[in-house]
Amino acid sequence: MSQARELVAALLAAHDPATSERLEFLRARFDAGLAWVHFPVGLGGLGAARAVQQEVDEALAAAGAPDNNPRRIGIGLGMAAPTILAYGSAEQHRLLRPLWTGEEVWCQLFSEPGAGSDLAALATRARRDGDDWVVTGQKVWTSSAHNARWAILVARTDPDVPKHAGLTYFVCDMTAPGVDVRPLRQITGEAEFNEVFLTDVRIPDSYRLGEVGDGWRVAQTTLMNERVAIGGRAVAREAGMIGVVAETWRAHPDRRTAAAHDRLLALWVEAEALRLAGVRLRQQLAAGSPGPEGSAMKLGFAQLSQALSGFEVEFLAEDGLRYDDWTMRRPELVDFTGRGAGYRYLRAKGNSIEGGTSEVLRNIIAERVLGLPAEPRVDKDVPWKDLPR
Amino acid sequence: MNLLYSDVETDLRASVADLLGDHSTDLWPRLVQVGAHALHVPEELGGQGASYRETAVVAEELGRFVSPVPFLTSAVMATAALTHLVDDPRARDLLQRLASGSATAALVVPLSSWDSWPDGSGLVQSVAGALTADVLLVPIEGRLHLVPSADATVTPVVSFDNSRPLADVDVSGSPTTALSGPGDAAVRAALVAGAGVLASEQVGIATWCLDTTVAHLKDRHQFGRPLGSFQALKHRVADLWQSLVLARATARHAATALTTGDDTPIAVSVAQSFCSPVAVRAAEESLQLHGGIGMTWEHPLHHYLKRAKANEIALGTPARHRATLAPLVDLPGPVGAFSGAPPSPTVVP
Ligand SMILES: Cc1cc2nc3c(=O)[nH]c(=O)nc-3n(C[C@H](O)[C@H](O)[C@H](O)COP(=O)(O)OP(=O)(O)OC[C@H]3O[C@@H](n4cnc5c(N)ncnc54)[C@H](O)[C@@H]3O)c2cc1C
Repeated sequence: MSQARELVAALLAAHDPATSERLEFLRARFDAGLAWVHFPVGLGGLGAARAVQQEVDEALAAAGAPDNNPRRIGIGLGMAAPTILAYGSAEQHRLLRPLWTGEEVWCQLFSEPGAGSDLAALATRARRDGDDWVVTGQKVWTSSAHNARWAILVARTDPDVPKHAGLTYFVCDMTAPGVDVRPLRQITGEAEFNEVFLTDVRIPDSYRLGEVGDGWRVAQTTLMNERVAIGGRAVAREAGMIGVVAETWRAHPDRRTAAAHDRLLALWVEAEALRLAGVRLRQQLAAGSPGPEGSAMKLGFAQLSQALSGFEVEFLAEDGLRYDDWTMRRPELVDFTGRGAGYRYLRAKGNSIEGGTSEVLRNIIAERVLGLPAEPRVDKDVPWKDLPR
Repeated sequence: MNLLYSDVETDLRASVADLLGDHSTDLWPRLVQVGAHALHVPEELGGQGASYRETAVVAEELGRFVSPVPFLTSAVMATAALTHLVDDPRARDLLQRLASGSATAALVVPLSSWDSWPDGSGLVQSVAGALTADVLLVPIEGRLHLVPSADATVTPVVSFDNSRPLADVDVSGSPTTALSGPGDAAVRAALVAGAGVLASEQVGIATWCLDTTVAHLKDRHQFGRPLGSFQALKHRVADLWQSLVLARATARHAATALTTGDDTPIAVSVAQSFCSPVAVRAAEESLQLHGGIGMTWEHPLHHYLKRAKANEIALGTPARHRATLAPLVDLPGPVGAFSGAPPSPTVVP
């Protein structure tokens, strides 16, 4: 029996999922190193290969163990945690356990009104004051800020150098004075994301991740992991949006047409191709040779979920004219495949914007994967304060 | 299900690529010499005892070089048909000759066949591999018949893809030997193996087109800049690369499925219907992004375009493969309408 399997058996023996309290079980799982096995021992992992995780997850799920509801804490798991692991101090590493168990939700304070795709242009200022930094600025499109206990934050610490050089990366306490979270209503009717106003928010220097001025490099770790996270989940055939749409198709024989049939089959094939590419990507990761295929996954996922959800609304005909509910809500988690077809269609529009737009991804693929020359830049060697805005 | 290339497969690719890059002598005998033509044939039948996964890697390389060799037709399709009938000593004997490289064979069906094919007692049009084959495998009335090609009328036709020249075949009046065993199932096995391996050939074609286009965009300057610095073009090749990532995964899956026998019908039709449009688009985009030079007979690009487009029709168009998938994945068509081709072949007399 592998080490992981033995540990799973021991965990289950000591904490019977049927009788244990959920949080108690999750904490015990973290302490057993079974949270994310590729993390180091003592930080919820075993220092094992990523591939072992699937085995652990399956064994625990089969035993009826509770999970940490990963969709609710995606930003923490997928982005904050790998960055904290890579750059964090021992003190900061203590944030990982409640992050993983879901006791503390994280959000990402990156985008600003003036800095989206061009993240490095951001204007939120952090000024040193004794052992603290004092942060002032506005962030926007911040998913889950209304639930979040912590945030990963990039701010400008030096406006006199070119934009990439003057950034620093912080962990921000969302309960600190001066943090003001306001809902931003989306086209779906609900407010999944927010504007976050930061006014003289004090962040201790011990909450800095990486060196002063090195924020851009630290942020790259976050963004790279975001893309890995998107391609990284093992999924069964016909899981996700294709499964929902296929069920709709099966449920409505009267609405089928020959033209729609071929379109649906083409989308089914595309979904299967994307699934197989994901399998292949994970095999590359497991073999220790991660390829650039993660960005292909994100691009493909956005295209496919938009095409599928658009197909479904059209296929539903008169039912496609109705919407389930426009009530303004503040959801706990994002569910791309939840609710009605109209919601799914509208929510999928965000898939090609959030986490880096599809256009920016194509730039990255063209330049970093295919080695094509960058476009002429007008902002490279200019101090940030002198850039046109 | 391993979708990566093993070290052995990577080495194999390199040695086949070396061989194909050298135009000094005839290709086929050299492929035979390294055993590339009989990789998935069991050792007791004179093959290499490897699998369709290795064969698919060779197919990728042949696609990258649009090589005019009877690999798909003899080493894959005829071999698969004969393997299905291996209990007949004459099939076994021919299989061994194919594996030793002393002969090639061709299945006498139109290259476009997928879920049906004509009976071989009359004229059969657009047969691939027949011009160079020593022996023809002809499906007649549910049996597979052996006909020495010297005894048949094999008429070359002007083919859209010159690198895989077609012929019209007529064996009426020729002496034929019927093999025992289910001939239709043997043809079906040949078409499935052929379609599965062809997906890898399409991946090879798309790979060449993408690589060549990217190199051209780095090299060619207009408006004082390399073409590849213009975003309108970058995004087009980025999209090609993205589709190729997916296509490669489906082709690897199909080759694996041919090897294990697991999930074969779905894996093959997914790969065929996905990879062909990718290869065709890669060739078309490549031509457009090369400008005028892409339109010339002199530039090699047109061979890739023609092969990719012909391959899109070969062994089932993407739409036919989608129709095959419909019942397999429980996505039936409109009520009362023809709801997709049946998974087993119907023979059109
Ligand atoms: C649902 C949702 C959730 C989000 N959650 C978060 C979050 O939690 N935290 C966070 O920090 N941010 C979040 N974002 C913000 C997201 O990262 C940004 O919206 C995104 O990076 C794009 O920035 P922008 O909106 O300023 O658009 P812009 O950058 O202004 O882009 C506008 C258009 O121009 C295109 N474009 C921009 N630059 C280029 C270029 N160089 N070449 C070609 N095209 C270009 C873009 O692709 C886009 O089509 C979220 C966004 C959405 C939609």
